[in-house]
Amino acid sequence: MKVLIGPEGYIPKAAAMEGVQLPSQPDKGLLYGEEVDEEVAMREAARALLTRQNPTIFPGPKILWGWSPSAFEQAEAILELAKEIPNCRIIPMPDYRPKYPKIDPEAEINPNHPNLTILHNKIEACIFVGVHCHYANLSLRMIRAGTNCFTIAICGELGHEEAHATIRDADGAKIRRFKDILIEEREKLGIKWEPKLPPPNPSLPKENWETISFHDYGEYAFLLLPKKGEIITDSE
Amino acid sequence: MSLKYVTITTGFENYMPKDYVDLVRFGQFGKEYDIQELGTFKELVEEHPMCAGCFMAYFIRVFYASLPNPEDTIVIGTAGCARLALSQAAVPFIYGNYGDTNAVASGLKRALKIRFPDKEKDVVVVAGDGGLMDIGFGMTMHSWFRRENFTTIMVDNEVYGNTGGQESGMTRKGIQLKMAPKGKKFDKINAIELAKDAGCVYVARVAPTNPKRLAKTIKRAILAARHFGPTFIHAYTSCNIEYSIPTEKVLEDARMREKQDFSFVEWMTDEVKEYFEQIENTKKEEKQKV
Repeated sequence: MKVLIGPEGYIPKAAAMEGVQLPSQPDKGLLYGEEVDEEVAMREAARALLTRQNPTIFPGPKILWGWSPSAFEQAEAILELAKEIPNCRIIPMPDYRPKYPKIDPEAEINPNHPNLTILHNKIEACIFVGVHCHYANLSLRMIRAGTNCFTIAICGELGHEEAHATIRDADGAKIRRFKDILIEEREKLGIKWEPKLPPPNPSLPKENWETISFHDYGEYAFLLLPKKGEIITDSE
Repeated sequence: MSLKYVTITTGFENYMPKDYVDLVRFGQFGKEYDIQELGTFKELVEEHPMCAGCFMAYFIRVFYASLPNPEDTIVIGTAGCARLALSQAAVPFIYGNYGDTNAVASGLKRALKIRFPDKEKDVVVVAGDGGLMDIGFGMTMHSWFRRENFTTIMVDNEVYGNTGGQESGMTRKGIQLKMAPKGKKFDKINAIELAKDAGCVYVARVAPTNPKRLAKTIKRAILAARHFGPTFIHAYTSCNIEYSIPTEKVLEDARMREKQDFSFVEWMTDEVKEYFEQIENTKKEEKQKV
């Protein structure tokens, strides 16, 4: 079976159930569900990032949080890669908890409905990196089902059969190698680009926690902590 | 599961949503806030899908604000209203199958003890009356018999609220509900006496009308569970939908129930009492020095 660019329609079968197997060696990758040399997958992924609309990197918790020295190393490598992709954006997936009423699709991506972020931002090529495997597979399949996004999985473990291109056993060095290949492909395509960091997260400023006090809640302060004997007659 | 997990990697501070940056900078991780400072720090749970006026949502808010070490805590819940808010908090949450929360918590606590022998990792079960005293009764009791080191909090709304209003073992005698029109024929289970007899070292019954007392109770239950054995809190968290309590009367109702049959009860073994006296005296001395 070939893992093709979507939309595949409601609930496509898992690629693994269709016979797609993970890359067998650390130097192998998957491209459209077929095992290829890692470099072939990297080149095709780089071309997708350079030629498709709104390329975006979705870093997951394993990159965003400093739980181990490798997280810092990979985070640095990902920022170096982001600088080289023209008009790239970084939209994080800081954790996997369900969000209600809904996420801000310009500020974050949630694995429970990743298509919202992809469709809202019209993303046609994306990189999943540092997302735990079960949530990456879940999200990648949903993206394949409902969007026309080309998905690239840079995985520290065995790779992802749900992605259109996947690289396995990724560490800082491998991400930097991918960056070098991307620069080569960019030059081949004649795209001129000065390396620069993507724009920061556009989430709106909320409360100023440095100055906020109980009195800032004004007449609604009583909703936070009712006083003894006080009966609440007003509610939101 | 440590402060490292709430440290943003270098360079990504600009790319994180502001909520997460605020959680790291102005949240509860690695700090201790008094419950009366609620509203002046970034809370672990904010938006949630629970009903307007739900007293359980208020309890959960105070519960998260009272955790002694949120960065080293795992919360376990099950089917029921509470899990809707619990799963949205910035603390790891495990969804147990209905009734097996205390079995999951037992295994988890033991695994954490082996994995992190030098560090206290708190496991807290927050489940409803159905999950703990009806369907999960056997597993709840046996976790207490085995003297497992974790806290069990029963958020008791006296009904199966999620599924349309069936009576539970914790519904009071005579109460009629939408799916129990004949009225409950038996008494409410005396959960705190069961907990005492089953081996809990700290047992409390509370109607969350006083946040300061509630926060102290939650902290004590978690600290006692670390060193001595199972602890249990029975909290009244009314279901304003199934019991048709107008939103503005929810607190009034809790105060009324507190006077009737939900008065504050706190029981602990002598060794736990001694332990609290010791740490609370140390804190007082430190304050006096300051």
